[in-house]
Amino acid sequence: MSAPAQPAPAPAPQAPPPVETMTVKVNGKTVQVPKTHPDWQGKPQPATMLQAARCAGVDIPHYCYHDKLPVAGNCRMCLVEFGTPMMDPATRKPVLNEDGSPKIAKSVLPYEPGTPRGAIACATPISPGMEIYADSKATLQMREAVLESLLINHPLDCPICDQAGECKLQEYSVQHGQAGSRFVEAKVHKPKAVDLGPRIVLDDERCVLCTRCIRFSKDIAGDDALGIVNRGSYNTISAFETGKFDNNYTLNTVDLCPVGALTSKDFRFKMRVWFLKESKSVCTSCGTGCNITIGSREGVVHCYEPRENDAVNGPWMCDSGRLNYKWIGRADRLREVLVRGTRSTWSAALQDLTVRLSKAPAGSVAVVASSRQTTEELYLLKKLAARTGATTDSVAREGEADRLLVAADRNPNSNGARLTGISFTEAGIRIPEIAAAIEAGTVKTLVVFGEDVTKHGIPAATLAKLETLFVSDILPNATTALATHLLPGAAHAEKRGTFVNVKGRLQKFMKAVEAPGDARPEWEFLHELVHGVTGQNGYSTIEGLFNQMAREVPAFAGLEWAKIGDTGVDVKI
Amino acid sequence: MSFTVPSHLESELDEITTHYPVKRSASLMFLHALQEHFGYVSKDAVEWTARKLGLQPINVYELVTFYPMFRQEPLGKTHVKVCRTLSCALQGSGELRERFCSKLGLDPHAHAPQTTPDGKFTVEFVECLASCGTAPVVLVNEELHHKVSSADADAILQKGKAA
Repeated sequence: MSAPAQPAPAPAPQAPPPVETMTVKVNGKTVQVPKTHPDWQGKPQPATMLQAARCAGVDIPHYCYHDKLPVAGNCRMCLVEFGTPMMDPATRKPVLNEDGSPKIAKSVLPYEPGTPRGAIACATPISPGMEIYADSKATLQMREAVLESLLINHPLDCPICDQAGECKLQEYSVQHGQAGSRFVEAKVHKPKAVDLGPRIVLDDERCVLCTRCIRFSKDIAGDDALGIVNRGSYNTISAFETGKFDNNYTLNTVDLCPVGALTSKDFRFKMRVWFLKESKSVCTSCGTGCNITIGSREGVVHCYEPRENDAVNGPWMCDSGRLNYKWIGRADRLREVLVRGTRSTWSAALQDLTVRLSKAPAGSVAVVASSRQTTEELYLLKKLAARTGATTDSVAREGEADRLLVAADRNPNSNGARLTGISFTEAGIRIPEIAAAIEAGTVKTLVVFGEDVTKHGIPAATLAKLETLFVSDILPNATTALATHLLPGAAHAEKRGTFVNVKGRLQKFMKAVEAPGDARPEWEFLHELVHGVTGQNGYSTIEGLFNQMAREVPAFAGLEWAKIGDTGVDVKI
Repeated sequence: MSFTVPSHLESELDEITTHYPVKRSASLMFLHALQEHFGYVSKDAVEWTARKLGLQPINVYELVTFYPMFRQEPLGKTHVKVCRTLSCALQGSGELRERFCSKLGLDPHAHAPQTTPDGKFTVEFVECLASCGTAPVVLVNEELHHKVSSADADAILQKGKAA
């Protein structure tokens, strides 16, 4: 770089160093490509042709390459024709065309100079002035040949394949495939419906041997359980012992599998993927808050899939979180408003609660709110508690953390409960105090949201001493059975809201399905209740409510619903 | 566990391991030695090797399945390897193998090596045995038979049955 002619003004203190770039041409278009790109571990590595093509907005087909896995370079699908600037061997100067542009030497076979020699874009670093021909005739021929080879032994059972609709083999066949097969020999048959592990079924005939699953298990999940056996015509992906592929991340291999070889026992043959409505959401199984896409159809949740967020979960999620969705559709979901065991209406029950809470003397109310509620709901509950001088707390839920994603905190929103003032540094420390106050008769009204308090220090006998037990929950439990006022709530998949994860990432999630029966999102009826009890106006939209909360809760200062992207923002915890 | 490696073999293998810059490189030597001793490489042998070399069993199992000389099942006492490469194929090694199989009650069209239920014979097709000039050739245990006729084949079977 040449020095500036005049002393430059001092740069802004936080200005990042300029990204060093390299100029290459992709399909005739000149692009500046950063010299390095993060590899699968985030370490800077020389930019590859595939990354350069992406900078030019060109997607090079591939199977084995994955941004977050070590490069294997085995599928050959990303082969492209390319050229580099010619250099005069004597003068070491670039050879120029008549118009002054550098002369490009296309890569050819050394022993057959008329034949283009491709390079795999996923593993070939770019060099200055390189030209990548991602749509040239030679490139297309190479792609067609690779695809034809991959399809030689493929069973072509797309109509009954779970991957159909999201299969790279199908997609690239549409672009580069041939209508008929030239293969007249007998296909190699390989094991079908192999019980690889408790959650995974493998069809070896559909496999293209890209080894993404092997690399994921070994390098990401740390469970070197998969390999290729019988190398040769009969090579198959296999575990040492069938049925024993059982770490908590195995289902990621189903996402990674570019074809229909690895399928989820939970999802296979249940639903065609193109019928699924995709809603952006957040997993609630622990405090990590992995970003997910909820797949639902006609009000039924069929699957969770990880949604890439490098600030939280990367492209992965754990199996236990992924499969923890069936409770949403359980038949025994609470779906009726009950006042003292009798079916009531929202307006009547809320009216009754408004009167009771308004009249309650200071200190006679306590609130136990789950850290599974949304931040907005916890904020409204705190408002309600503040008005009635109530003691508040939430319930701690601890498990064992693992080295990848699972957090020890099994609540999705412990930090939301802390930041809104529902709980304190240690969740649950005030519950004995609340139980004692009920026993002593000072607390006569208990508000419980989303927890079975009989399991967390307030036994049923103590609850029986209350005048009012106002409970909102999703599924029946010992506490809901004792409620004087029972309001059916909504699962996270049935409402919008935010959670703050263990690291302070505030993430919003969207509604996928409707709540069953009379059940409503808690923030909706809490808004009405807070309005009735405090006399203050609130917001009847989640956007308005969030923005109001952001104005009042210091940790969220300056945030707006519309400004939280799909991957969330960091807040100070 | 019923699988035990004799201590002299284990110490021999431990010594072999020291010849390699990384332990993993000794895998093939382990498998050869274990097959030599036990007659085949069992799943237990794979697990034992993996444990000794700090590997996962699948890493060793990949090797075992790659090399045709490693056996995952016990072999018959008489191991008949019929060459199927060009010269032998032209000289009728296909019919020869079929003869061995049908005489022993084995499937003449099966792809993989087959062992008789009494454990006396294993018959398989192999690639070139490097004696094309005397095709067809058959390797019976360690002994190479040249220009094998139907009568020679029957003699091999007779000898094996008596063994």
